[in-house]
Amino acid sequence: MLKIKNLTCGYDSKFILQDIDFKVEDREIVGIIGPNGSGKTTLLRAITRILKPEKGIIFLKGRDIWQMGFKELAKKVAVVPQSFGGGFMSVEEFVLLGRIPHFEKFQFLETGKDLGVAQRCMAKTDTLKLKDQLMGQISGGERQLALISRALAQEPKLLLLDEPTTHLDITHQVGILDLLKKLNQELGLTIIMVLHDLNLASEYCHRLVLINQGRIHKVGSPEEVMKYRVIEEVYKTVVVVEKNPISSKPYIFIVSEEERKKQLAG
Amino acid sequence: MDKKIVRWIFWVLVLAGALLGIGILSLSIGPAGIPVKKIASLISEGKGTTEYSILFDIRLPRIILGFAIGGALSLVGVILQGMFRNPLVEPYTLGISGGAAIGVCLNILLRLHRAWGVLTLPLFGFLGSVTVIILVYSISVRRGILKMQGLLLTGVMISFISSSLIMLIMSISRTEDLHGIVFWIMGSLEEPDWFLIKLTCGVSIFGLIGSYLFCFDLNALSLGEEEALHLGINVEKTKRLLFIIASLLTGFSVSIAGIIGFVGLVVPHFMRMFVGSDHRVLLIGSFLCGAGFLIFCDTLARTIISPMELPVGVITGILGGSLFVYALTKKKTVLGER
Repeated sequence: MLKIKNLTCGYDSKFILQDIDFKVEDREIVGIIGPNGSGKTTLLRAITRILKPEKGIIFLKGRDIWQMGFKELAKKVAVVPQSFGGGFMSVEEFVLLGRIPHFEKFQFLETGKDLGVAQRCMAKTDTLKLKDQLMGQISGGERQLALISRALAQEPKLLLLDEPTTHLDITHQVGILDLLKKLNQELGLTIIMVLHDLNLASEYCHRLVLINQGRIHKVGSPEEVMKYRVIEEVYKTVVVVEKNPISSKPYIFIVSEEERKKQLAG
Repeated sequence: MDKKIVRWIFWVLVLAGALLGIGILSLSIGPAGIPVKKIASLISEGKGTTEYSILFDIRLPRIILGFAIGGALSLVGVILQGMFRNPLVEPYTLGISGGAAIGVCLNILLRLHRAWGVLTLPLFGFLGSVTVIILVYSISVRRGILKMQGLLLTGVMISFISSSLIMLIMSISRTEDLHGIVFWIMGSLEEPDWFLIKLTCGVSIFGLIGSYLFCFDLNALSLGEEEALHLGINVEKTKRLLFIIASLLTGFSVSIAGIIGFVGLVVPHFMRMFVGSDHRVLLIGSFLCGAGFLIFCDTLARTIISPMELPVGVITGILGGSLFVYALTKKKTVLGER
């Protein structure tokens, strides 16, 4: 689906990302993890063509994304951003914005098909009941669902999410990630998401890309990446890795300074 | 969803009706009061009477110009507010009118309009506004991200600088040119040249059609530039074309009628409240409402202390400036976010 070759990019000739190389297969869920400021969001911005690479090429289904038209790319790749504007719109109006890439030139009204797609996307994310409420007045979790509906309305093949679970309680965290998993299985949607929570990443992603200081530190299955040596080296924090007793995915425990001292003393 | 379209059509019809009503009323009001009923009979009688020439040589041109310029300024307000994602920006508060005014003043000072024809006035107005738009935009963009905080302040400062520069130009200009500048700067919808009136009308309607082609782009841009890009909008190209449309409209308006402030603020503000923020209806709604608003203000301006006449900018300034302060103190509710 996506192939990133030798990518170097950054802002004002200061390189944030260097020599990034990885592939994402069809129907995969890939998590991008790494410490703050390591370049995770920058990587997403490079894939969505907001940042022009200094070097390297990004291929989407074998085609250089910089050779594609704006609308063409938006029909294949949809983004769920971290922050959002547009609190004055109703949820339905907001979701319908996702149909923009599908509009013909000189088309000023949504067709029945556009409305149908928007309805279906809202139904899938369970936001249909909110459709007449304003985006600014619904809760954070609901807003995240509305953002996902809008992305789905673009009918993309690849969905990119920038920290979809931050500022949400565990109900909504799990709700959002379960939804993504379902979309991945039912629609065959390929998903790349930046995640801060290592345990959520391990639980839900097929593969993880660990980025540190603008370079890829390790790519692989959660079992391969979530090793205590790897995590301690990148995050500079003492951790213990165990298995989740239910899913047997790796689970990270943090160790506080007090406990570390106790351990040393004992 | 059909409900939405019905609502839009309803508003457009109401606004068009109001515009027509204000236009007819404005025709009949004035030092020589001509009752509305009499207008029809005057038209059928045809040329020759004094009243006919009052209607069609004095009042009608002003109404048409008010329509064109009120519509154009409101349109620019909507376009700029959509692009800068701030409901308080408009050609006057961003200093774009000021830039256009400098262009026109320079033109008068250098007597280019006499040498190369009267069309160089709007051309210089256009160049002035383009310069300011690009300046304001590039000052408020850092690392490709539009900074909202400094935007208005920059605009207001540019307004100040341009009014100082206009004073400078006035102080070094010859007495006979000074008269021209002062006369023009007062801002008035009186324009004897029918050709310029028709041209302004044409440019204004062209602006409406042109900006309408970008209604979805503006809808997407109201979420932010990156979001618009995610939705498949060619943001750079869209911004360039919209800046050109906005400068063209402002340049024309200022060069014909002087600086008329705050129309682009008041009108879109109320339109957003009534018709909603979807640009498909906001653009046309604001155009019609702005046209009606300016004709109304101009009618006030020429009747309030009749037989003397106020500059129309005074009326729009008082109404719009108060609203600006009100909106600024109530920022949260007006912005609807952040």
